[in-house]
Amino acid sequence: MTRHRGGAPIPWPIAVPAGIGLGFLTLPLAALLVRAPWTGLGTALGTPEARAALRLSLLTATTATAVCALLGVPLAWVLARGGYRALRLVRALVTLPLVLPPVVGGVALLLAFGRRGVVGHWLDAGVGVRLPFTPAGVVVAEAFVAMPFLVLAVEGALRGADPRLEEAAATLGASRWVTFRRVTLPLVLPGLVAGMVLCWARALGEFGATITFAGSFPGRTRTMPLEVYLALERDPAAAVALSVLLLAVCLAVLVGLRQRWLGGR
Amino acid sequence: MAFRPALALRPALALLIAATVLATGCGGSARSTADPAGQPTGTLTVLAAASLTESLGRIGQDFRTVHPRVSVALSFAGSSTLVAQVTAGAPADVIATASSDTMAPLATAGKLAGPPVVFATNVLEIAVPPDNPAHVAGLADLSRPGVTVAVCAAQVPCGAAAGDAFARAGVAVRPATYESDVKAVLAKVRLGEVDAGVVYRTDVLAAGSAVAGVVIPPEQNATAEYPAAVLRDAPNPGAARAFVAALTEPAAQALLRTAGFGPP
Repeated sequence: MTRHRGGAPIPWPIAVPAGIGLGFLTLPLAALLVRAPWTGLGTALGTPEARAALRLSLLTATTATAVCALLGVPLAWVLARGGYRALRLVRALVTLPLVLPPVVGGVALLLAFGRRGVVGHWLDAGVGVRLPFTPAGVVVAEAFVAMPFLVLAVEGALRGADPRLEEAAATLGASRWVTFRRVTLPLVLPGLVAGMVLCWARALGEFGATITFAGSFPGRTRTMPLEVYLALERDPAAAVALSVLLLAVCLAVLVGLRQRWLGGR
Repeated sequence: MAFRPALALRPALALLIAATVLATGCGGSARSTADPAGQPTGTLTVLAAASLTESLGRIGQDFRTVHPRVSVALSFAGSSTLVAQVTAGAPADVIATASSDTMAPLATAGKLAGPPVVFATNVLEIAVPPDNPAHVAGLADLSRPGVTVAVCAAQVPCGAAAGDAFARAGVAVRPATYESDVKAVLAKVRLGEVDAGVVYRTDVLAAGSAVAGVVIPPEQNATAEYPAAVLRDAPNPGAARAFVAALTEPAAQALLRTAGFGPP
């Protein structure tokens, strides 16, 4: 840890704060593992509430990621290749949910898609669709908060990809679809995978927007983070066990996609 | 005159240091709890149930008028959240919950400096949007299909009380959401996201014209007792005792009665 790839030592004014920074990021997670009720882990995770929350979390985070990919990839393409001045404003708007407090996002979603919201009352009266208090509402909250991660990652990958390769394919007679599938997609794939992983992890951890917009009902809208928050009041040991599980799921995803993840760097 | 700015800065610096000492709060020795005349001083931290938000805010203001050297910091949340915070070692002086049951674990764990004092009671009421879209007239209507209902989670006093009331009325209500405190239930009603929410009478009064109240008859209703106690590890026990004592005095009781609370 004290030597670069080049072999020169890291100067101490950098090494010391870097070490403190690393400790700051890893110590809380280590504490979680130290204090985890390892013997009671099975019982805590085997409860119907915990299993329902985990199932709901995995389902909604995956659906939210799919929605984000479906809408976010074209959006990233527009941002990377559009070339209009107004796009700077669009990019700022896309980035906004990234820096917005999630609770504020939840309030905004209620005002937009709630039963009496700007769009929501049309949905309710016209098509009979109600998003709050449903798993679809959880997906909406998670997608709202997580989509910027995917858009920015894919946009970066698209910017890094040389458009002349696409032009070359087109001049060689490839259709737009073939060009996209055989040239563009392989070029941006590492970025897309990295963006989807980040997006999925963010969706899995979503709390503020979910509890505000979708409420909390076991098996329907109470995701893992909400269950952890509730369990902390009732049974702190169970909350720690659930947190360890959530940490393990995130680690597994990162490790499982490590190759592609690093390839995207 | 190079020292002038330095002199001018000195009071600001002293204030900053004082503020830091007050803000960090955990060093008991750094905060005196009474001046030589025996008057409480320093910061008083009160953790209180969400349903006390409006009335305790006013009682806190009155307390400041009587004890001008005490600054009162109020923190509102669901009672079970407050109990969890105290269990986790939150530096607070007074806790006031919306039921004696939620307070009991703190007494068992020896976290209280003395027995809790019941200073108010409250009853449940159904809050509906002003236009009452689902035409809710009583608890029985909450079990009708198509009526969306918000209640507190079972571990919060208002959730436990709502469960009692449903049992007494013999209705099987399937809520759309279990919120973490009573004010979150009220917010869902205010926004029109639910047709009805089970809250306290005081919450309906505090919301004014934003919601309408549907009274639950006494034979179906559950009465909640509000106890307050000084915490054993209170950084400011002098002010804490004075505050808990003030809660049962006529001035505070009059404020609580105006807010819709019943006598202890």
